[in-house]
Amino acid sequence: MNIELNGITKTFGSVVANDDICLTIPAGTIQGILGENGAGKSTLMKILSGFFSADRGEIRLDGKVVTIQSPADAIQYGVGMLHQDPLDFPPMKVIDDFMVGRNGSIFPKRAQVIQDFNELQEQYKFTLDPDAFVETLTVGERQQLEILRLLWLGARVLILDEPTTGISALQKEKLFASLRLLAEKGMSIILVSHKLEDVEFLCGRVAVLRRGKLVGEAVPPYETEQLVKLMFGKVVSMGNRQPCSSGEALLKLQGLAVEDYRMQVRVPDLEIRSGEVIGLAGMEGSGERLFLKACCGLLRPVAGKVLIKDQDLTGKNYLTFLDHGVAYMPASRMEEGLVAGLSLKEHFVLAEEQSGFFVDWGKSEQHTNEKIEEFNIRGKPELNVEDLSGGNQQRALLALMKTPLNLVLMEHPTRGLDVESSIYIWSKMKERCRQGSAIIFISSDLDELLQYSDRLLVFFAGKVSSPLEAETTTVDRLGELIGGKGWQFE
Amino acid sequence: MQKTNTRLVNFGFQIAAVILALGFTTIVLVMAGAPPLEAYKNILLGSFGTLKKFTDVLVAWVPLVLVTTGLLVTFTAGLWNIGIEGQITLGAIFTTGMMRLLQDTGLPPTIILILSILAGMVGGALWASLVGALKTYGGVNEIFGGLGMNFVATALTIYLIFGPWKRPGVGSMSGTEPFQESLWLPMFSGFRLSIWAILIAIIALVIIYFLLQGTYFGLRLKAVGKNMRSSFTLGIPTGRYMMSAFLICGALGGLAGAIQVSGVYHRLIPAISSGYGYLGLLLAMLINYRAIWVIPVALFFAALNIGSIQLPIVLKLDSSLSGVLQGALVLSVIIVDGFRQRWLKKS
Repeated sequence: MNIELNGITKTFGSVVANDDICLTIPAGTIQGILGENGAGKSTLMKILSGFFSADRGEIRLDGKVVTIQSPADAIQYGVGMLHQDPLDFPPMKVIDDFMVGRNGSIFPKRAQVIQDFNELQEQYKFTLDPDAFVETLTVGERQQLEILRLLWLGARVLILDEPTTGISALQKEKLFASLRLLAEKGMSIILVSHKLEDVEFLCGRVAVLRRGKLVGEAVPPYETEQLVKLMFGKVVSMGNRQPCSSGEALLKLQGLAVEDYRMQVRVPDLEIRSGEVIGLAGMEGSGERLFLKACCGLLRPVAGKVLIKDQDLTGKNYLTFLDHGVAYMPASRMEEGLVAGLSLKEHFVLAEEQSGFFVDWGKSEQHTNEKIEEFNIRGKPELNVEDLSGGNQQRALLALMKTPLNLVLMEHPTRGLDVESSIYIWSKMKERCRQGSAIIFISSDLDELLQYSDRLLVFFAGKVSSPLEAETTTVDRLGELIGGKGWQFE
Repeated sequence: MQKTNTRLVNFGFQIAAVILALGFTTIVLVMAGAPPLEAYKNILLGSFGTLKKFTDVLVAWVPLVLVTTGLLVTFTAGLWNIGIEGQITLGAIFTTGMMRLLQDTGLPPTIILILSILAGMVGGALWASLVGALKTYGGVNEIFGGLGMNFVATALTIYLIFGPWKRPGVGSMSGTEPFQESLWLPMFSGFRLSIWAILIAIIALVIIYFLLQGTYFGLRLKAVGKNMRSSFTLGIPTGRYMMSAFLICGALGGLAGAIQVSGVYHRLIPAISSGYGYLGLLLAMLINYRAIWVIPVALFFAALNIGSIQLPIVLKLDSSLSGVLQGALVLSVIIVDGFRQRWLKKS
């Protein structure tokens, strides 16, 4: 099916997720969509598949303008989307999951459906057991099930969001073979990915998004360097780097391994010294969060040791890590960091050392005003935190951290903030470094990573690079590593 | 200007909720073929008509205040302690048990009373700790855990009344053998009302009010109730705080049960909790978890309960009418609040 997207625009609050995007995808193509986190890839695909509706712009399928208001609408028009985390029903049987989205009579004809299912999966050489439970399948098999389901529902456009994350090499081969087969039959395939290799290998055309805009299109043969430049934009110099002071080792990791249901991450042995800043680079879900959580006791490692100031804290809980001077600053400020409904003042009381049984509200007010002044927070002590702007919430989180600290762990410390706030936050963090803390932070902003880190760890699909000196690493090299290129030299 | 305006609007919405509830109850009355005005008048007379009736209202007010006060603590921690009914019951059982144990020892009655009431608080807290442990360590939702424990508590009461603690001869639904009068909470002569019960209720409310408003403990509990994940990030041991909330609420529920035994029935009866637990949940929702409203609204609820007792006699109506009115009131307050928030968002 031919797909035309004309002037698609979508905003969330003040963020423009898609800005006037025009893209044509002819039938029988495998179209790649590249872009870093937050570039607007997923939003665009969710608009096409009916999860969101666009603020402006039109969608034409085979030349006809269509209005897609829900995923059910989308599949009526033949558009099906395979999500990064499969949207299936783990406690159900494969065959029930398969037919749950189909309208039909009250009593479905199971035998008939099973026959259809088996015929369909034979075409793609899948071998799923219709009576198995979905939760027993691997991520790759669940994908296969979703693909079959969407095809059975009549999909002629298949959107795949990061389909190669968390599946085995064999399953990837199978997936790619089926996608080629589908394209030959005249279906349109859209592959959303950050993995340059996959996109270069599979796609007949590539479109690159950056900050909500379509910044370029390419056809084979691809030039990796050019794609990386398109994805991450031009390099801006941010002034002189500040050299790190190498003090005592605050954090030691020995043979550390962490895992979740989709990947295991093995971390090289590492020593992080006081005053040092370590940047974690990688696309979201590459294992960098697992690593960070293991460093503060929020995730129990499956192997290895975590030592803070030579004290073995492996397997201890988060509160113990806090007691040893480790602080964690989550990315989702309002979900994991601040308590909506409580005022700034109440937050500072929660964070301070308890003295006595009753809260001295007068003293807390004073203390809060001092912190507001020191951290340049725009807000009054009585203001509830949810009424602060994002930048001020972030400053509040910083202000809530105890002093002194050994180790500060941060996720996306400046995401969604303006330049002024970012520079301010980093100046505060550098101050902590001078006081002897070490910092580990996750960021998707390459400039930020290179500017503020002393050393970098790159994560790609659960693999971890050995530490790179930030000073001698270029943006291009880092971009390639994040996209999974050049790992053979590691 | 802005502030007074919203206050006025809020008040208007609250009045609307009361009218809605009364309207609904009136329709129910009309459908039952009863004269609505007559019924309301009877409820009013039945609760405030004579001094005796008013003291009966206060007798019902005491456990309601205790239970609601306890529930304020669990609600602050974001917990639905449906198991409060069972905690009242266990309080009553422990008090009865302690009194039976000590009544022939020759200890001064005052000591026995104090020990028995303390035992009741321990019993309630113990029962609540089971629900809390199920929630914190077993991942069992406190609503299901509490509901299950309520059934167990009821069964336990029946077993004790008809088994080990049965009256001489045959066990009876009228409960265990009444205690001797020296073991009753001291009362105003001629009434069932004890000044001690009222004092205990008020003291409990004041303590909890200050605990929730002025202490580190109260603030942390509030944080846990509003956002458990953020609270944990801020370094609050969330499990321990939830457990404490259960223990405090259970102890207050147990205290209510202890007063029902020592001050009202002077024995263990099958329905010793009298539904005060569930009523307390309604009440806490109605006052939107603000402690200062407990005293007047609990009085209103108690008056409805007592006032409707004479409905069957005078108007051949079932006394559950008070329940209809209470339920309708809570629902309409919640619905109207939903409307109000939508209205605020729009404007």
